Amino acid sequence: MCSVCGCGTAKIIDTDPEKALATAHGHDHHHDHDHDHTHDHHHHHDGAHDHGDHLHAEGVINYGGGIAGVHVPGLSQARIVTIERDILSRNDALARDNRAYLEGHNIFALNLVSSPGSGKTSLLVRAITDLADRMKISVIEGDQQTANDAERIRAAGAKAIQINTGKGCHLDAHMVGHAIEALAPPNGSVLFIENVGNLVCPAAFDLGEAHKVVVLSVTEGEDKPLKYPDMFAAADLLLLNKSDLLPHLDFNLGACLANALRINPKLQTLIVSARTGEGMEAFYAWLEASAARAARRPEHHALAQPAQTQGAMK
Amino acid sequence: MHEMALIESVVEIAEEVARQNGARRIIRLRLDIGELSIAEPDALTFCFAAVTQGTMAQDAELEICRVAGRGWCLDCATEIAMSQRFGTCPICGSHQVQVTGGDDLKIKDIEIN
Repeated sequence: MCSVCGCGTAKIIDTDPEKALATAHGHDHHHDHDHDHTHDHHHHHDGAHDHGDHLHAEGVINYGGGIAGVHVPGLSQARIVTIERDILSRNDALARDNRAYLEGHNIFALNLVSSPGSGKTSLLVRAITDLADRMKISVIEGDQQTANDAERIRAAGAKAIQINTGKGCHLDAHMVGHAIEALAPPNGSVLFIENVGNLVCPAAFDLGEAHKVVVLSVTEGEDKPLKYPDMFAAADLLLLNKSDLLPHLDFNLGACLANALRINPKLQTLIVSARTGEGMEAFYAWLEASAARAARRPEHHALAQPAQTQGAMK
Repeated sequence: MHEMALIESVVEIAEEVARQNGARRIIRLRLDIGELSIAEPDALTFCFAAVTQGTMAQDAELEICRVAGRGWCLDCATEIAMSQRFGTCPICGSHQVQVTGGDDLKIKDIEIN
């Protein structure tokens, strides 16, 4: 019995409603709808209705299982399914897989983020050259187009893989998972992930790194942390690059650091020049200390499975 | 334009849930997008039409529920309304404020048939 207007409810066992309608009884139901409805007014078309004289069995597709609990032939049977899931949950699950793999293999991964032209690649080239005898480094390069950066890294002597995101404005955990698989960084090494030059989007996407490192160059303006706060809030270390240019600029170093700390009171800051090498030793010390601290954490030696065998990949 | 990637993720999750529920079509999607979240509702809506082409959510309606930004001022020890993630306390002007709500980025529910 239809709880809306009292007509017989339809029970259609065939999963194809068209076919089911064609095989059901063929008499018409007409009802006057002169009473008030609290829901959308529904209209019964001429056609076949099955009388509601038998129960629905388990495993039968129930066309009366909608919001109103009734089936009205000719009208859509919409249902609302509650999801309550974070939009980034898929990326975050893949990032967790990446992180478990990296930590399990004692690979210390940093996600380098900045606007285009801050000197991320030059900084990496410098670090690879300077640290050649101290640590094994591999690099995942993210750019919309070209393999230029990966070539620069390889020329400096490190293993590198280029991800071209095409139209994409950031790397995501899925891309990085595949890149880690292809690159296979050695146990106990350092992995730099150079994100697409963009101070906005990469902030939202966890890749499975140990830390985000934001690179800002002194030619960019000291209020950048205030203009693009999300990135500075997400990072653990700020490298203020191109310090060799400071004498030629009106850049207020103190104001820049104050702005960054206002957004993120826990942010560590280092002033460096990838060109002259000034301050780079402090970064290397931070790198070695952070990698050693990460390696000492007992949970990092938990189950280590290849990044791409876990979770559902695209 | 990370909204494109966010919407792709929304459609992927929605299609997965719709299939699990034996649906053929997604008619409506409801999202909770906080005022202090990283996503712009207008950009999400703009991307939605492009991303849903050829999916179960084609022609579906996207409903975005804005969740008001809320914070806690450490100086006033008071709950405050926030319109900016890194804003100041409207009462005392302090920067010592913590976001307590309104950074949501969530799929609430979908309507399917």
